[in-house]
Amino acid sequence: MGQVSTISSVATDQPVAETPRKRVGRSRRGRERVPGEPRKIAYLYILPVFVCYGLFVLVPMVQSGWISFFRWDGISVGTWVGLNNYVEILADPQLRNAFVHSLVLILFFSGLPVLIGLLLVGIMSRARIRGMTFFRTVLFLPQVIAMVVMAVIWKWIYAPGGVLNRALEVVGVDALTRPWLGSFTWALPALGLVGTWMGFGLCMVIFLAGAQSIDRDLYDAARVDGAGPLREFFAVTLPGLRPQIAVAITITTITALRTFDLVYLTTSGGPGNATTVPSWEIYQRAFLTGEVGSAAAIGVVLTVIVFAVTVGIVRLGERRHT
Amino acid sequence: MISRTERALNYIVLSAFTVVVLLPVGLLVLTALKSAAGPSPSFGFPTSLHIENFVAAWNQGHFGSYLKSSAIVAVSVVVVVTVVCTLAGYAFGAMRFPGNKALFYLLMLGIVVPYEILIISLYYDFRALSLTNTYWAMILPHIGLSVPFGTFWMRAFFLATPRSLVESARIDGGTSWTILWRVLAPLARPAILTMIALVFMWTWNDFLIALVMVSEDSLRTAPLGLGYFQGRYTEQTSLMAAAAILVATPVVVLYIFLQRHFIRGMLSGAIKG
Repeated sequence: MGQVSTISSVATDQPVAETPRKRVGRSRRGRERVPGEPRKIAYLYILPVFVCYGLFVLVPMVQSGWISFFRWDGISVGTWVGLNNYVEILADPQLRNAFVHSLVLILFFSGLPVLIGLLLVGIMSRARIRGMTFFRTVLFLPQVIAMVVMAVIWKWIYAPGGVLNRALEVVGVDALTRPWLGSFTWALPALGLVGTWMGFGLCMVIFLAGAQSIDRDLYDAARVDGAGPLREFFAVTLPGLRPQIAVAITITTITALRTFDLVYLTTSGGPGNATTVPSWEIYQRAFLTGEVGSAAAIGVVLTVIVFAVTVGIVRLGERRHT
Repeated sequence: MISRTERALNYIVLSAFTVVVLLPVGLLVLTALKSAAGPSPSFGFPTSLHIENFVAAWNQGHFGSYLKSSAIVAVSVVVVVTVVCTLAGYAFGAMRFPGNKALFYLLMLGIVVPYEILIISLYYDFRALSLTNTYWAMILPHIGLSVPFGTFWMRAFFLATPRSLVESARIDGGTSWTILWRVLAPLARPAILTMIALVFMWTWNDFLIALVMVSEDSLRTAPLGLGYFQGRYTEQTSLMAAAAILVATPVVVLYIFLQRHFIRGMLSGAIKG
């Protein structure tokens, strides 16, 4: 899909559709201004964007980075503590766990949906599907519904008297019923499943579209070589879906890393600290418990992770592509 | 070559997963239409459709006010971002100037940065300026957060416009300004539409920025209002369900009409998520 190449083009710095301008410019009759020549007025055009961006993204980013080296309660003067806040992230089990929980969420938000999506593409034949627009619209729907709304719904589903437990009772497995969001072991996976529900539609849409564009000849060649459906999947489909898999993993992983609304509205990090996540810790510390420096440090670490994941996946997704 | 069973399998699989997606949504709708669903909503059908839940959510639940707030914030953000990013995207995509690439990469950093880190400083800055609990406290950060994607998107469009178009307009005596607004902007309509749709959705659905910046009820946006409502009135599930539907509907309606735009935009703005 062309869109993926746009992202990777940002990463690898090759514009998608840029014709060589100098050549066209010079072939014109001499005029005062040759099309394609550097224009100072461009700076005026980008100025508004950079004012907004500078004031409300760059400045706060630098400020937060600066604050991360202090112990500050948000009211009185802060004290310099150097890298203490960062050390605390490694040393304090509560903070460590927040990041560990993120890893678990990534498995549910990203790993599972990607697997489900790939499985589906493997099962489904490449026949034209009538009404694909309808299916696509519905499958993608969880991506556009506000997280707040989904938190409300799933809180009901997971409630002790809620639909999930009732369904288990109806099927006859009463023993499995439990207070999902109140359980130290099950609260996090329960939240993870919400992410799975959100993400598998996205993966299906992406992979199905991607599978349509895989060269038929590759499948024919594989079949000629005597490959069965399984071999076909691993030899042709999977490599062919590389960029789509990269996009899907990127979107879902970042959603997992930045989860806040879901935790805030269902478990508040609980029971105990069983469902804390980095963004929750940031919120708590920056605005409730007066540990702004610590919050900023967590924020910096989160930013680095998100950045690394994004760039890493984009690069992985397009290496060996073409 | 592809048997009927294979084709049927496709539909069965797709339908099954479609149902899985729709089940929670269905629960919400059913709950909103019951007179009083009680603390644990189920899939039972209501005896009659109790639309008054929506009216109650609007009035007693204050969601009329919350929706108005969301609209004010979202529309303001969309208008500013559209203008500002069209200008910048045009420059980045159609003009050559020193630092084009470097400045663009600087901007792209904004797509990757999670705003959880920014909100810390933004809050304390705004508080110092006595701007918390105002619409500005929500509008301004959202503008900052949306311009990286908006510029990326518009730049991609302008990069793809044929040079010949711009050149012939230039020969006809056009300046960069007139070329942009008379020649290229009409062509940019689909791209602009996608950008509007996505920026609107991200701004409308936001919870954290509103939560941090605003505590006055009159300013609460719809998602924030829902969260607040849920915290206080956990028993009134039917009212909450109606409110939730009110919160989600504008974006969903926009999505249904523009789903192709949404999907294409989100998948290429993969980093923004």
